[in-house]
Amino acid sequence: MNKPMPATNLSYRSVFALIFKRDLTIALRHKDDIINPLLFFVIVVTLFPLGIGPEAQTLSRIAPGIIWVAALLATLLSLDRLFKSDHSDGSLEQMLLSPQPIFILVLAKIVAHWFITGLPLILIAPLLAVLLHLNEQSYGALILTLLLGTPVLSLLGAIGVALTVGIKKGGVLLSLLVLPLYIPVLIFATSAIDTAALGLPYSGQLAIIAALFFGSLTLAPFAVAAALKVSTN
Amino acid sequence: MWKWLHPYANPEVSYHFAGKLLPWLTVLSVLFLSIGIVWALAFAPADYQQGHSFRIFYIHVPAASLSMGIYLGMAIAAFTSMVWQFKLADASAAAMAPVGAIFTAIALITGAAWGKPMWGTWWIWDARLTSELILLFLYLGIIALHSAFEDKNLAGKAAGILTLVGVINLPIIKYSVEWWNTLHQGSTVSKLGKPSMTMDMLWPFLFCFIGFILLVTLIICIRFRSEILARNSIRPWVRTLVLTQTALKENS
Repeated sequence: MNKPMPATNLSYRSVFALIFKRDLTIALRHKDDIINPLLFFVIVVTLFPLGIGPEAQTLSRIAPGIIWVAALLATLLSLDRLFKSDHSDGSLEQMLLSPQPIFILVLAKIVAHWFITGLPLILIAPLLAVLLHLNEQSYGALILTLLLGTPVLSLLGAIGVALTVGIKKGGVLLSLLVLPLYIPVLIFATSAIDTAALGLPYSGQLAIIAALFFGSLTLAPFAVAAALKVSTN
Repeated sequence: MWKWLHPYANPEVSYHFAGKLLPWLTVLSVLFLSIGIVWALAFAPADYQQGHSFRIFYIHVPAASLSMGIYLGMAIAAFTSMVWQFKLADASAAAMAPVGAIFTAIALITGAAWGKPMWGTWWIWDARLTSELILLFLYLGIIALHSAFEDKNLAGKAAGILTLVGVINLPIIKYSVEWWNTLHQGSTVSKLGKPSMTMDMLWPFLFCFIGFILLVTLIICIRFRSEILARNSIRPWVRTLVLTQTALKENS
């Protein structure tokens, strides 16, 4: 058993590492938390060829939109576990009471959340792209937009979860708050993939998604911290 | 310098101040709107290209600019409440949200009605239209968040954070016609000094615009007063106010 460290002497880096490890450990012990959103993602994507019809041409035209919308919804489903269990067992309040700045704690939790939900999505996306006959030139764009875009989804979603964590019927409300904020990512990501399918450079759209990523990376943790203070009151 | 502002942090003072504004705002908004609308619909010259359908402009443009203006006002109120902990700022933001949502809806609906004869379609997924639709969703989310909390103070703080996050949408709407090649036409009136329309079309617009601003201020003042009453219902001054009002009614 390790000796408990005095909490005041922790550097930002070690706080980040501690929270990150803790969240990953918890997630790995509840594997359904990782697998369920992923299964949802796969099932939603397979619904579309069944509903629309299996013509390769139609599917390849709408594949970017389907994959991205399914990724948005899967992220939305997984957001709930970001703060909910910590809030209900009281550990969230303990974290907020700690002398460490809240944005570091929050950032660590969000990064862990992305590792648990965003990364598996990216790994399985090429397989689904094959099922949907995505244009071969678009694979790079798909992976790049997902790599830059899914962290934005986790960061913006965290603001919504932090606002609704104290409310009993917060689930539907969360989607109302978060989905409008996701729209810009969706627009630029699908536009980048479509442009890539035509063989044109898509660096402009990628740059905008990267700007969204860095903007939300720097600002969202502060908004989440403020929202958590309101929610835990 | 800001000392004259301090008494208005008291809900009672603000309530009565807003009450004093009501008759002025009512008279002025009716005056400006009736002059503006009649002038715009009956006397302003028809557009050489769009004919009479351009007259919807006189409602569409004020509604669209106010939908953004109210959001900006709400964001300023949210910021004020967050930084200086003014509880009344939350009340005013709560009063503004539904009005803003309605004006966004008016802008979208009149835009659709204008788009049908001009572009041949009710709706297209153009940058200006899409970003305005996102603004409507943001308003609805803020209203939903307001009603989700039992405690009005918490609701105000939570909605304030969401409002400030959504501010990013405002410049996107404003400049969407310049950044992207869209079907929606560029700005015609807000270029200060040299608007790109003739004066006999511009004057009725100014009347309509000022009329709508006054109308919005009027509605917000009424809603602001009822928000103050709802939030302070346990205070003695509200009780005496209600008691005297009911006594007056029974006597008459």
